[in-house]
Amino acid sequence: MTQVVEKGRERSVVVGKVGLTTNYAVAHAVKDVDVDVVAAYPITPQTTIIERLAEYVANGELDAEFIPVESEHSALSAAVGASAAGARVFTATSAQGLELMHEILHIASGLRLPIVMAVPGRALSAPISIHGDYQDLMNVRDTGWIIYIASTAQEAYDTVIEAFRVAEDPRVLLPVIVSYDGFLMSHTTEPVEVYDVKAVREFTPRRHGARPLLNPERPVTMGALATPDWYYEIKYQAINALKASRSVIDEVDSEFNRRFGRSYGAVEGFMLDDADYILVTYGGAATWNALEAAKEARGRGLRAGVLRIRLFRPFPTNDLVKKLADAKAVAVVDRAIAPGSPVEGPVFKDVYIALREYGVDKPVISVIHGISQRTMYVRDFYELYYKLKDIASTGNVPRESLYMGLR
Amino acid sequence: MSELRSWTQIPIGGYITEPQNSVKNKTGSWRTQRPVIDQDACTRCRICWLYCPEPAILELNKPYVTKGGRKYNLTFEINYDYCKGCGICANECPVKAIKMVPEVV
Amino acid sequence: MGMASGQIKVGIRTIWDVPKEEYFGPGQLTCAGCGPSLAVRHILKAAGPDVIVVNATGCIEVTSTQYPYTAWGVPYIHVAFENAAAVASGIEAAIKALNRKGIANVKAKVIALAGDGGTYDIGMQALSGMLERGHGVLYVLYDNEAYMNTGIQRSGGTPRFAWTTTSPVGSRVRGKVQSKKDIMSIVIAHHIPYAATASIAYPIDLMNKVRRALEVLDEGPAFLHVFAPCPPGWRIDDSKTVEIARLAVETGVFPLFEWDHGRFRLNPPSNMHVDKSKRKPLINYLKPQGRFAHLKEEEIKAMETEVDSYWDYLTRLLKAFG
Ligand SMILES: Cc1ncc(C[n+]2csc(CCOP(=O)(O)OP(=O)(O)O)c2C)c(N)n1
Ligand code: SF4
Ligand code: SF4
Ligand code: SF4
Ligand SMILES: [Mg+2]
Repeated sequence: MTQVVEKGRERSVVVGKVGLTTNYAVAHAVKDVDVDVVAAYPITPQTTIIERLAEYVANGELDAEFIPVESEHSALSAAVGASAAGARVFTATSAQGLELMHEILHIASGLRLPIVMAVPGRALSAPISIHGDYQDLMNVRDTGWIIYIASTAQEAYDTVIEAFRVAEDPRVLLPVIVSYDGFLMSHTTEPVEVYDVKAVREFTPRRHGARPLLNPERPVTMGALATPDWYYEIKYQAINALKASRSVIDEVDSEFNRRFGRSYGAVEGFMLDDADYILVTYGGAATWNALEAAKEARGRGLRAGVLRIRLFRPFPTNDLVKKLADAKAVAVVDRAIAPGSPVEGPVFKDVYIALREYGVDKPVISVIHGISQRTMYVRDFYELYYKLKDIASTGNVPRESLYMGLR
Repeated sequence: MSELRSWTQIPIGGYITEPQNSVKNKTGSWRTQRPVIDQDACTRCRICWLYCPEPAILELNKPYVTKGGRKYNLTFEINYDYCKGCGICANECPVKAIKMVPEVV
Repeated sequence: MGMASGQIKVGIRTIWDVPKEEYFGPGQLTCAGCGPSLAVRHILKAAGPDVIVVNATGCIEVTSTQYPYTAWGVPYIHVAFENAAAVASGIEAAIKALNRKGIANVKAKVIALAGDGGTYDIGMQALSGMLERGHGVLYVLYDNEAYMNTGIQRSGGTPRFAWTTTSPVGSRVRGKVQSKKDIMSIVIAHHIPYAATASIAYPIDLMNKVRRALEVLDEGPAFLHVFAPCPPGWRIDDSKTVEIARLAVETGVFPLFEWDHGRFRLNPPSNMHVDKSKRKPLINYLKPQGRFAHLKEEEIKAMETEVDSYWDYLTRLLKAFG
């Protein structure tokens, strides 16, 4: 349902269809790309990824150094060191762990290290909650990483493979986060087509030595102190690299399609061709429930659609504007909060600005839902479509975020 | 000072790819006093060379005959490009062959 | 001079064995007479070119890598303040994996280098993790006994009574209240193959310890605690860096010793200092230092008691593990 399956793909690349949670699908992909170093620390709902990877290493299915670090701060620090020395590196975390890494997130992108990290999204303390939302991810959106948000286990599997290819591309050299719903995806089993390891490794060729590494053969200094005379230029280089990564991201996605028969694009539209009312979503649960609601609304004659953001950074401004240009009203469903902002949906702000930047003026509202996995009922989204219709006809656009599911 | 290049012209990630290019920082300009080695008193013990933090003492294969007629194959000389004038060498020299003298501008 | 090392068997016997090659500087922006700068020079001389250095944020880092210039002649990475041990763990693991998988053939040994702040305090967790996991990394603590890079603030490695900007001398509180943390005991409690103290005043001893430490990395981690005075931070004359470091050893304030595979050994001249009468009076060490200028008779007495009790402890270690 989510992918464009190209006719010509060689079926032989698929070696089986297995039931995997998204976490296990991610671990599978990490094994398939043959990483060299895994450094990670347990936290729900991420833990089952690294448990699986530890097993792969323990039983010889993956030839890698597994570093059972003493904190997430050290997990990403070790990943930085390993990547600077030339290893293909993976780590994973959620929530508090991602916050603890925060300092090093900026450093990983600043040092241009192609680390790949999985982040099943989770609510942040306090109060402590192990349940899913995307507050953790939103808090790290400005750290200079490429960020994908997957919506199915298959997509997460595929995206991790794409992520290594993108990250290590000499035109990119940036770290990549692959995020998805904590619990609602990380711990639910879906059928996943897994590929021939040889094909995956051909798709993610090693480019050892294509970037400067820590090696006595050619001593290099990394992590230098930059005075104000230099900081801006060095930083801007990484900022520009993130912007420029988009063309490589698209190229890799197309090639992935040719090779494995799937591609996802930067945004994914459902029933958008004639849609008047569009919910903009990210992740799995919000998207699929919104889609159910859209179908029901369409059954009653309302032209409803869903636009899922898959590539979150660099933000797919152009694609999004094109898809929303003809809508009458739009709601952005955020599973995270930007407290104290003029409007409190973090992705809403991106969408709103994107539309205004392109001169598209239409009612756009911010909806907060699914916080700490508060159930997002299909009927909630269904009602939202009718609310959009109302807004479009009355012109009464709410100025504040709508907190759905809140008692 | 190095030329201030644009963001398109500098190596990726702020890496510095030329080892020990800090030799371009002539830290000798910081000095307020300069060490002067009395080559006739110096016993070529290598101690000043060992303790200079910069390092700014050169060990040269340069023969020297003292006034007293002693022949040495080695000569220790201060590299004033980098010597910061700390005075450790003078303090550590066992025969007090190094004097610190004020820099005159 | 205290430079002829009697005890250590490997490597550098006399001053003339010290390698000529320089892998650090000149042109680094350390203050005149910087002890840590000298420590790094000596460490790299002993280690040679086949190393990768991971440096924590601090004086050495900021003074040696001011873009676009580096003082380093070996591969070098600085990531942050508290994580040198973790970064080094990652590099060590990467080298292992890449070599094993035939992707690379890297001979380098990994040296982590951090100040007292980056070790006793904010980096303690990462250090403990690295030691516990047994990474083959040499961790060097260069101890200038305060956060110097940020302008002389106290750390867990600052000695009792010392003046710093966050342990000021006032009418009610007179310098640092707490004692210096016993970092060596903490490290040794991880039962790593090799740990030693060293001083910039005893470079031959220091260099041999670096060599010994690098030798054991196939078995696990090694740790070096290097005493390195800081003229502006300690309020001493620039020319006294080495002299003060020597006095720290001679007065018994900073004993030179090694833990080598569970055996404890005092190194010259500290091996003479179990007998207190062989130690120089503590005042010789304190007097030249502005950071101790405020000390009263009873405070000096209290410091002396602390030094004596540490020597008691070392004597007992010597009996048990010597
Ligand atoms: C997380 C974090 N906290 C604080 C700092 C500020 N800071 C930079 S260096 C430093 C002190 C370093 O002290 P030490 O490790 O003893 O090294 P020294 O400067 O004395 O060589 C501090 C507090 C920082 N860079 N990072
Ligand atoms: S320390 Fe003194 S005697 Fe020794 S080499 Fe230097 S100047 Fe000569
Ligand atoms: S004064 Fe200091 S910097 Fe200059 S040569 Fe002597 S020890 Fe080196
Ligand atoms: S403040 Fe101290 S440690 Fe820092 S550069 Fe100066 S002398 Fe060296
Ligand atoms: Mg310090």
